[in-house]
Amino acid sequence: MELIFEKSVKDRRGFLPPVSDVPVQADIPAKYKRKDDCPFPEVSELDVVRHFTRLSQLNFSIDTNFYPLGSCTMKYNPKFCEAVAQIPGFAHLHPLLPQLRKGEQWVQGALEVLFDMEQLMCEMTGMDAFTMQPLAGAHGELTGVMMMAAYHKARGNKKRYIIVPDSAHGTNPASAAIAGYEIIAIPSDANGVMNIAKLKEKISPDVAGLMITCPDTHGVFNSQIDKITQMIHQVDGIVYYDGANLNAILGRCRPGDIGFDVMHINTHKTFTTPHGGGGPGAGPVGVKTKLVPYLPISRVVKDKDGTFRLNYDYPDSIGYIASFYGNFALLLRAYAYILMMGKEGLQDVANHAVLNANYIKERLRDILDLPFDRVCMHECLFSASRQTQRGVHAIDIAKFLIDKKIHPPTVYFPLTVKEAIMIEPTETESKQMMDQFIDAMHEADALSQSDPESFHDMPRTTPISRPDEVKAARDLNTNYFAVQGQ
Amino acid sequence: MTTPYIANTPQEVKDMLNVIGAKSIDDLFVDIQPHQRPKSFALPAGKSEFDVIEHIKKLASKNSSELVSFLGGGYYDHYVPAAVTALISRGEFYTAYTPYQPECAQGTLQALYEFQSLMCALTGMEVANASLYDGGTALYEAAMMAIRLTNRKKIIMDGGVSPIYRKIVKTYTSNLDFEFAETPVVHGQSDRGQINKLLDNKTAAIILQNPNFFGAIDDHSDIVAKAHSLGILVIESVYPLSLGMLKTPGEMGVDIVTGEGQSLGLSLNFGGPYLGFMTTRNKFIRKMPGRIVGQTVDKEGRRCFVNTLQAREQHIRREKATSNICTNVSLCALQSAIYMTLIGKQGLKELAQVNLNKAEFCRQLLEKIDGVQVKRSSPTFNEFTVQLPMDASVVVEAMIDKGFAAGFPLGRYYPGMENYMIVAVTEKRTKDEITHYAQCLAQVVNKKELAHSS
Repeated sequence: MELIFEKSVKDRRGFLPPVSDVPVQADIPAKYKRKDDCPFPEVSELDVVRHFTRLSQLNFSIDTNFYPLGSCTMKYNPKFCEAVAQIPGFAHLHPLLPQLRKGEQWVQGALEVLFDMEQLMCEMTGMDAFTMQPLAGAHGELTGVMMMAAYHKARGNKKRYIIVPDSAHGTNPASAAIAGYEIIAIPSDANGVMNIAKLKEKISPDVAGLMITCPDTHGVFNSQIDKITQMIHQVDGIVYYDGANLNAILGRCRPGDIGFDVMHINTHKTFTTPHGGGGPGAGPVGVKTKLVPYLPISRVVKDKDGTFRLNYDYPDSIGYIASFYGNFALLLRAYAYILMMGKEGLQDVANHAVLNANYIKERLRDILDLPFDRVCMHECLFSASRQTQRGVHAIDIAKFLIDKKIHPPTVYFPLTVKEAIMIEPTETESKQMMDQFIDAMHEADALSQSDPESFHDMPRTTPISRPDEVKAARDLNTNYFAVQGQ
Repeated sequence: MTTPYIANTPQEVKDMLNVIGAKSIDDLFVDIQPHQRPKSFALPAGKSEFDVIEHIKKLASKNSSELVSFLGGGYYDHYVPAAVTALISRGEFYTAYTPYQPECAQGTLQALYEFQSLMCALTGMEVANASLYDGGTALYEAAMMAIRLTNRKKIIMDGGVSPIYRKIVKTYTSNLDFEFAETPVVHGQSDRGQINKLLDNKTAAIILQNPNFFGAIDDHSDIVAKAHSLGILVIESVYPLSLGMLKTPGEMGVDIVTGEGQSLGLSLNFGGPYLGFMTTRNKFIRKMPGRIVGQTVDKEGRRCFVNTLQAREQHIRREKATSNICTNVSLCALQSAIYMTLIGKQGLKELAQVNLNKAEFCRQLLEKIDGVQVKRSSPTFNEFTVQLPMDASVVVEAMIDKGFAAGFPLGRYYPGMENYMIVAVTEKRTKDEITHYAQCLAQVVNKKELAHSS
């Protein structure tokens, strides 16, 4: 498809700014001005509307396709949550208003949302306090690790290491490293969970903490998880719960009850705020009492008379981790979703997410290898090792599915399983949709036996075929204007 | 069923359990031991969609979003054209995920390539990433990038950089062995004398902002030249809409540009989601954090787009990645790309001029008020500093009763500047609103009793 820049025609325009109705024509000295006009495209509003509408039609999305991307929780994003986020009383609210003198009275509704969310999240997770500020899951991880560091500093602990399982999301080791820690990776055992014997070997007083998901990225709930949290506590370590998979255990288990000290929630996973093509998200972080002093500022408090205000007076706080109070418009969507779902609705999220994943697991076990053959939680992990022997890799199966108008599952993650295919159907998909997917997978398997070569030019029904990724990295072209100027 | 978002019927649940060989859904949770079950899960019962919307509307009515706003400080009340909102509301955009499978994500990928190109054009730089969280965290990422590029550990921050951003940079680096120095602002602009004294061969980067927090415009070319002579990188945080008119960081020779993209078509949303962006020079691209979209060809030689240079990123490089960022703010980047495309070359220039005119008109009116001074030792864009004869926070509070968010008092972040505030005037403010604002401000500052109520 043409780039918008290629549709540009001199002197065409798509927007008229409000008129300058003031009797002043101001100017600034030439030395402070840009030399040439900014080369934005010159297109009409209709050009813009067609261009971006057509671009949107090149995407697979939840609204148009089954999207069982493991570990990403691509479930239906209710439309009313979008409507709620557009309410002008919130959408047009300036974040500096509460920082004016007595300014909190002008944002009472917004502060109440943040306060209520903290209460709701504490009850769902068993944590003692939450900050809504982190702007994504990885941002929450970094916030959590910084609080961990502040805790150890306050206690005079000299700690160097953070432990992660080898199946962890890449963000876990990256967040820990950016906060100044070194990483120890622990392998999984035959059941797909952290190998406790190996953990024992690596634990020492130098360990600052451990970061882990539960259920983990193998889709398995570790029955020994509280043993692990105890082992870390024995060396005064902090245990971090990566909430990426919290949707699997809503109402069934709370991280705060099984020894976790700090955690984040991905609102775009568990509480179905839209993924937006890769964000924005929100990553509220919850802590147990011992970490409360280190929470970022500000915090929302409720006074005896029922009014809400922002408190900045926490001398041990790690400080400012975001400009304001979090990705408010996302938190508002999550708030609406939680209120609508209620206790039983949220329990059903976990129930049906787990039911659907186990159904797919049982229906595909005859054609795909199960590295960990046991009951799974919200996602099931397979290996395409059998198909690979026929010359058909996980990526080929992924491309086959695209031609079936199904977004592929996550492939090649976790790194612990060769030719990994990780399927997360979510609770919002119907049995009919899953059966269609299962049929497609069986068809792919049959084709891998009858005509493995045929996979290599898939997908065939999309506007483009497989891109040359090597060329993309070698002949870098990331900016239209740079290339034009050459 | 308890919600309309779960499709399984009781019969289907039974059928699926049969296939699985389980008696009940509870059986599937067998790995969670009895002692690991929740001690409590006392959440409220579910509500209907209608009831939730009514509840949230009631909460919204407790906010004062209808104030006529002269409040800026890095976040501005600009007009968002209807086409932007309509296009961004397409489910094909907002219910997709990170484009891991390029064949079925060309819409997002091409739009992000266009976003990167637009940001480069606006800032006068060579390469851009596909977004970071917000302006403050983007500045922190730039500081980390400069430290990686130079292998030095000292950062100098100009006092004209948003105080909120400076706090963020310090928070993130507090557990790391870095050295920070801050320089004051003199006559509104960067203090060359102080900066020159501090720049040395241990310095990784100097962080500047244009226009600065006080609204003053500067040309940092001289600081850039001095810094480069010592191998120091220059980072500049910018207000993107002002670049419709102002000298670009590229023209000044700046190395890394970051900023808050909220002014490019995003609502204020009480603080987020916003749009952090970063542009830089070609030679630094491999040390840049965040996703980058690159153009390539498919098997048939057709142009297409992919995430590229992924070896910098956490999902490949894990603890050796350039950043821990995963989810960024793609949809906000797309939103700003639609906005920039729509306003176009001519619209951007005119919009900048309208902002400049209205701010200047406002400045001239305020200057005439007894006791109010609008000192200007350097030019300003659409925001400027006002000196009042009393505590600015008291004035702003009184102005709210008259329907105005009158500005942001500087005392909160700059001790000693309690009588100052910054005032922002965007294209949305009409001549009548500005005139009324000036009249009300005159009334407020001339009521002597107010001066004592603080």
